[in-house]
Amino acid sequence: MAMTRKQKRLSVIFGLGLVLALATALILNALRDEIVFFYSPTELLERPELAGEAVRIGGLVEDGSWVRDGNSNVFVITDGAQLISVTYHNLLPDLFREGQGVIAEGHLVDDGTFIASNVLAKHDENYIPKEVEAALKNSGQWKGDTATDQ
Amino acid sequence: MSIELGHFALVLAAALALAQSSVGFMFWRTGGRAASFVRQAAILQFVLVFASFIALIQAFVLSDFSLKLAYGYSHSLQPLIYKITSVWGNHEGSMLLWVLILTGFGAAVAWFGKKLPHDLMALVLAVQGALGAAFIMFTIFTSNPFLRSNPVPLEGRDLNPILQDIGLAIHPPLLYVGYVGLSICFSFAIAALISGRIDAAWARWVRPWALASWTFLSLGIAMGSYWAYYELGWGGWWFWDPVENASLMPWLAATALLHSALVMEKRNALKVWTIFLAILSFSLSLLGMFLVRSGILTSVHSFAADPTRGMVILAMLTVVIGAAFALYAWRASSLRSGGLFAPISREGALIVNNLFLATAVVAVMVGTLYPLLLQAINGTLISVGAPFFDLTFGILVTPLLLLIPFGPFLAWKRGDMIGVIQRLAGAAGLTLLLMIVFTIVSGGEISLATLGLLIGIWIIVGAIAEPIDRAKFGKFDFAQSWRRLKGLPKITWSTTLAHVGVGISVIGVVSVTAWETERVDSMMMNQTIELAGYTVTMVDESRRQEDNFIADKVTFKVISPLGWEDTVASEKRVYTASNQPSTEAGILTYGLSQLYVSLGDADETGARVVRLWHKPYITLIWYGFVFMAAGGFLSLSDRRLRVGVPKSARNARKKTTTSVPAE
Repeated sequence: MAMTRKQKRLSVIFGLGLVLALATALILNALRDEIVFFYSPTELLERPELAGEAVRIGGLVEDGSWVRDGNSNVFVITDGAQLISVTYHNLLPDLFREGQGVIAEGHLVDDGTFIASNVLAKHDENYIPKEVEAALKNSGQWKGDTATDQ
Repeated sequence: MSIELGHFALVLAAALALAQSSVGFMFWRTGGRAASFVRQAAILQFVLVFASFIALIQAFVLSDFSLKLAYGYSHSLQPLIYKITSVWGNHEGSMLLWVLILTGFGAAVAWFGKKLPHDLMALVLAVQGALGAAFIMFTIFTSNPFLRSNPVPLEGRDLNPILQDIGLAIHPPLLYVGYVGLSICFSFAIAALISGRIDAAWARWVRPWALASWTFLSLGIAMGSYWAYYELGWGGWWFWDPVENASLMPWLAATALLHSALVMEKRNALKVWTIFLAILSFSLSLLGMFLVRSGILTSVHSFAADPTRGMVILAMLTVVIGAAFALYAWRASSLRSGGLFAPISREGALIVNNLFLATAVVAVMVGTLYPLLLQAINGTLISVGAPFFDLTFGILVTPLLLLIPFGPFLAWKRGDMIGVIQRLAGAAGLTLLLMIVFTIVSGGEISLATLGLLIGIWIIVGAIAEPIDRAKFGKFDFAQSWRRLKGLPKITWSTTLAHVGVGISVIGVVSVTAWETERVDSMMMNQTIELAGYTVTMVDESRRQEDNFIADKVTFKVISPLGWEDTVASEKRVYTASNQPSTEAGILTYGLSQLYVSLGDADETGARVVRLWHKPYITLIWYGFVFMAAGGFLSLSDRRLRVGVPKSARNARKKTTTSVPAE
């Protein structure tokens, strides 16, 4: 066990370097595989290759589209240009309302409906999800900035 | 009138902070007089900010809606406690609380650090004064809580119902004490870099502040987790929400700092790295402040968005962090490290601890900032959620957790791995035995969760083994070992407590992740559903009217697997002032496990969707943090750690010459 000072230092540096390299590889790998992209309904429908992939979509809940049957919910998310029908078998958040901004996480299935695993609604009166705001601005449906600020 | 007085006091505090900072930086070499000036300035600055904070509280308590802030976030029908907590349930007021705690820490250094060398005192309070000046002016110029409105509204707009909870009274103050306490470590680090003097005594002065911040941060995070769990009605205890991550990063960095400061104090090594961690921890606090207050995120924690405010915070962040790291880059090489040690040693173990904690910080930071960067660069919107963090953070902390029991057993300077393994063999055997018994009792299945439990139990058993080993039970007779055990220094016990806490939390996390069960069903009155051996029957629905909300309350009868009968109620509330709905979950605690009921709206037939969870051993997650914090407090109570108390030998000598208790 008689290591010289230099050997000791080298072994420490080698160990540190190894862990750092592994950590970097792990993080980069996870960044490639474990992130979820956000699309507006228009963007998602333009890209059929995304069917089955986990994505997030956002827009407004179309007025009069929400149908409840027990714990299953069907509603339509729109960015003003395109519509996507969303099915969600769970309790919706408190602030879920027709005509309001909402984000659904899930995937598009073959018949064109979106199976959501999670639905996020706004947290307060004046809040529209950033992503939804951007989606609405892109499709020209955005009506001024009044709604975001208090 | 008192509002204007409060406003004026805050402006005075800013001016005083500027004076404190300039005098400190200009005259730190001159010794006594500069030090005594900055000390008095720091204390007076705190008094002034405290006065302005009281003025704000008074306006809220009296429902003075001529104050814009009270109009925006308060309501005359709120119970008193929420009138007070509403003060910091918004950006402006919480900024004032932040500043109050910042100046409070400055005053605490001035008050308790009488024995600090004059130059160090002057420099630390100079840095602290600069931070105070910057953040008080930020409050006054971009987020002034003392603005009036005219004409005076008759009624306030009320606080977001999610925040009308006792959690708001506890969570932000605890968390802020943790975040802002790190500013002291930051100031000490900058002072050390400027003066070029850094030694074991420096580490002894810094460690109590790091320890106190870490302890409060731990409690704040645990409290926030429990609050989100019962209040948001989603049944989760951690969401990897960017703002949660913003509190996790400084916590991880502060954990690393605690451990590396130990090496510095005992062995005079790792100086450059400890300074780096002290700067990093507070920088991460500021990053969290930016994430929450700039409006670039949408989360329960975000305050109303104001782009100019975000830009100002970003500018301050850049200046503070940039200057600190520039100074670090310039001066760090002049701090020569002492204390050689072998790779296998206590120092080596603490380096490994720091390495994994630092990489965990990086993983969390990448996951938190990557979506923001990507959006800024090419507009792509992504979300980085639990799968990313589970994979990276989970894998990075696993080896760290496995190695925890080894650290305290290793000797300083040169450890003997084989000896340590021999001394830990008993603990390892006991862990395996417990696991085998558990696996057989629970049905003989071995999974990833079994492994997780193994780690949790290993940490606990290993942590408890340390004091027992030190007391040499078995080598001496019992009475003698018992005396040795009682004679162990507090720091041994605080280490044990904190590490046991980690193990407890790990067991909670593993068990709720692996064995949680959930059920979502549409229920009619008197209908019964079953989950994890519990039968839950909807037995009553009533409507009640409170001062500031109307609630539909649904009561359930629950029969546990052991036949105990309980009732639990979940509420759907609508707050009258804001017309906002909110769900109050019903939670029943059975030992360490919980049954969690969350209610949906009624449909036309009167049926309600009910979401039901069984959360086995979930409370261990938070109890673990209570243990960690208890370890922190115990260590803080150790006299040897008090700020400014010189080395114990000198201290002992002094005690013999003066009969008055030292303080």
